[in-house]
Amino acid sequence: MTNAIEIDDVSKIFRLYQEKYSSLKERVIKAGKIPYQEFWALKDINISVEEGTSIGLLGHNGSGKSTLLKCIAGIIQPTKGEIRVKGRVSAMLEVGAGFHPELSGRDNIFLSATLLGVPVKEIASRFDEIVEFSELGAFIDNQVKHYSTGMYARLGFAVAVNVDPDVLLVDEVLAVGDESFQRKCIERIRLFQKEGRTIVFVSHSPELVRATCEEAYVLDHGSVIGAGDPGAAIAALRESLQAGAQVGGAKISEPGKEAEPKAVKVPNVELVSIRAVSALEERPEHIFPHDPLKVEVGYHARSPQLGTSVAIQVFSPQKEVIFGANTRELGIEGFDLDSDGVVEINFEDLPLLDGIYGVAVTLIDSGGNPISWLEDRAAFQVVNPSRVSGLVALNFSINSYSVPRIAN
Amino acid sequence: MLDWQSAEENGSESLTQHVSRDRLHVVSSKVPVWTRLIRIWTYRALLLSLVRKELSVKYKNSVLGFAWSMLNPALTLVVYYVVFQLVLKNGMPQFAIFLLCGLVIWNFFSTALSGATSSVVANAGIVQKVSFPREVLPLASVGSSLVFFFLQLIVLAIALVVGRDVPAFSYLALLIPAFVDLVILAAAFSVFLSAVNVYYRDTQHLLEIVLMAWFWGTPVVYAYQTIAVPLARHHLGWAFFLNPVTAIVITFQRVLYAKVSPVLATGSVMKILPTGSPLWFLGQLAIVFVVSCVLFVIALSVFGRMEGNFAEEL
Repeated sequence: MTNAIEIDDVSKIFRLYQEKYSSLKERVIKAGKIPYQEFWALKDINISVEEGTSIGLLGHNGSGKSTLLKCIAGIIQPTKGEIRVKGRVSAMLEVGAGFHPELSGRDNIFLSATLLGVPVKEIASRFDEIVEFSELGAFIDNQVKHYSTGMYARLGFAVAVNVDPDVLLVDEVLAVGDESFQRKCIERIRLFQKEGRTIVFVSHSPELVRATCEEAYVLDHGSVIGAGDPGAAIAALRESLQAGAQVGGAKISEPGKEAEPKAVKVPNVELVSIRAVSALEERPEHIFPHDPLKVEVGYHARSPQLGTSVAIQVFSPQKEVIFGANTRELGIEGFDLDSDGVVEINFEDLPLLDGIYGVAVTLIDSGGNPISWLEDRAAFQVVNPSRVSGLVALNFSINSYSVPRIAN
Repeated sequence: MLDWQSAEENGSESLTQHVSRDRLHVVSSKVPVWTRLIRIWTYRALLLSLVRKELSVKYKNSVLGFAWSMLNPALTLVVYYVVFQLVLKNGMPQFAIFLLCGLVIWNFFSTALSGATSSVVANAGIVQKVSFPREVLPLASVGSSLVFFFLQLIVLAIALVVGRDVPAFSYLALLIPAFVDLVILAAAFSVFLSAVNVYYRDTQHLLEIVLMAWFWGTPVVYAYQTIAVPLARHHLGWAFFLNPVTAIVITFQRVLYAKVSPVLATGSVMKILPTGSPLWFLGQLAIVFVVSCVLFVIALSVFGRMEGNFAEEL
């Protein structure tokens, strides 16, 4: 196996100016004394990716994962070091980048694909496929400026995935588009994996990385702090999140001064996984309204933790809390947790309609303090086969009767 | 307006080469000029795409469309003709043709440079999101200006026919090196200015003024000899050629206008163009060629050095 991507000792320093002087006059007046701070967005990164593997880059905001992806894509150059990428690279950092509003969808397909380095002949042969994927149909000859946001995104994605890349770089562009289109995109990415293409995936969502990638790297303040199979990497990410929970966002290190390593307080009990699944054996893949739902929370306790309570929250597709419960407040007796185990929460009847819902769980010690939680929520999708709409599956009955008019 | 299918057939060979799958793409802050050139070449389909885009967008909502690109020099011509021939009475025979020879070149040069200067900044959206050799952006400006240059040559050809002007056939072949010089020179300045403009946005404003001065420093409206003769008296004849566009303009004038020192109706001789042989002109063009190539390499390496921070500076 050869390496598709070799990242060799790459560092990237951004200069953060207090003020930006971009006119000549200001530069002359302030010559040489424009105050700036150096910010190490990436620091001595070494990663090699074998051909045909999918890797995930994880990290919180400002950890440098997107910067690294842009470096691999060649959009920005590293300050030090070198990146070697073999084959054709297609980067999906933003869908529809390079579209010109005055041109038709058709012309934009050609423009955008040549921008990605695809020869015109190849685009022409894939043209129908791109149009089909974008579901634009006859609108393809309309000016892009008349497209809706969704149409724009679909066309952009259709081009990006149809350029036949050897190396696909995906930033969190999947957030655009409606659900069915998102699913289509993920299917396409899975197809790429089957075809043996190399994929680098940047995500906030460890679960997506766990589900799609074979390897994952965790970045924190520009350095790789964890690597390996997604499970191990996600554990490393959690530790860094817990350790740096108070810091929040990027930290600017003083020039010439190393960031001090933070003391990591290891909690006694840790949540390691959470999933929400249908409790019905006859159709485990779909959850219908009023189906039972089972939430399984895996934990690891370093020593026995007595009287642990559980707080659970259910989120709507719009990320609002629609249900919250704390077993301690409900007077339910705490659990004694030891070594590895699972806490199972069962909802017998889920009165929800279609959408992707989230579940979050926090462990609470006997004193009422939270001890462990997962940054990511388990997601479950409710599919609604009936014709009612909305968020809550209300049971109702309807009838009609006439009221006899009372004469005065 | 855009016909991709036919373009693909016409351009057949040049467009069929693929961006090689086995090519190792190196992202580093140090990429040699030669590698940059190869990379630009592999992206020539993009260059064509961008030129097409610029052309089709430029006159999208105008009624006259492409006719503007020909009307523009025609109207400029009328203005200069009225001012210099009718008001100032410079007495140059077939002044319109003389003027057009220089104007088409200058129009190309100035539109290429001013379009290219803002090209990287104007395309910030794609520069920040997509990886491709950014030199393609200023070069696309040169490309679209080139299309207008050919359209304006049509105006010149019409003027030649209407004016019954006979080109100097023994000098005709010089048009080719003159054209090559012109394109390389414009490309060199375009690539350089587009990079500088990312860091110093004054560039585009400064350029307008510089271009105006440069225009009057080039023998487009006035005859070469009007300035060269007094300069030669002070042994400064070479100074005119510090402006690389001079050699290109006088070559076009020598070939197409072809009147070196015509005898006027009054009986006096008017010195307009240099009396040199085709070889003398070729020599001048060769110097410009070398200078242009050196400038182009410098421009590419400056561009390469600045490119690394484009995405951040924009």
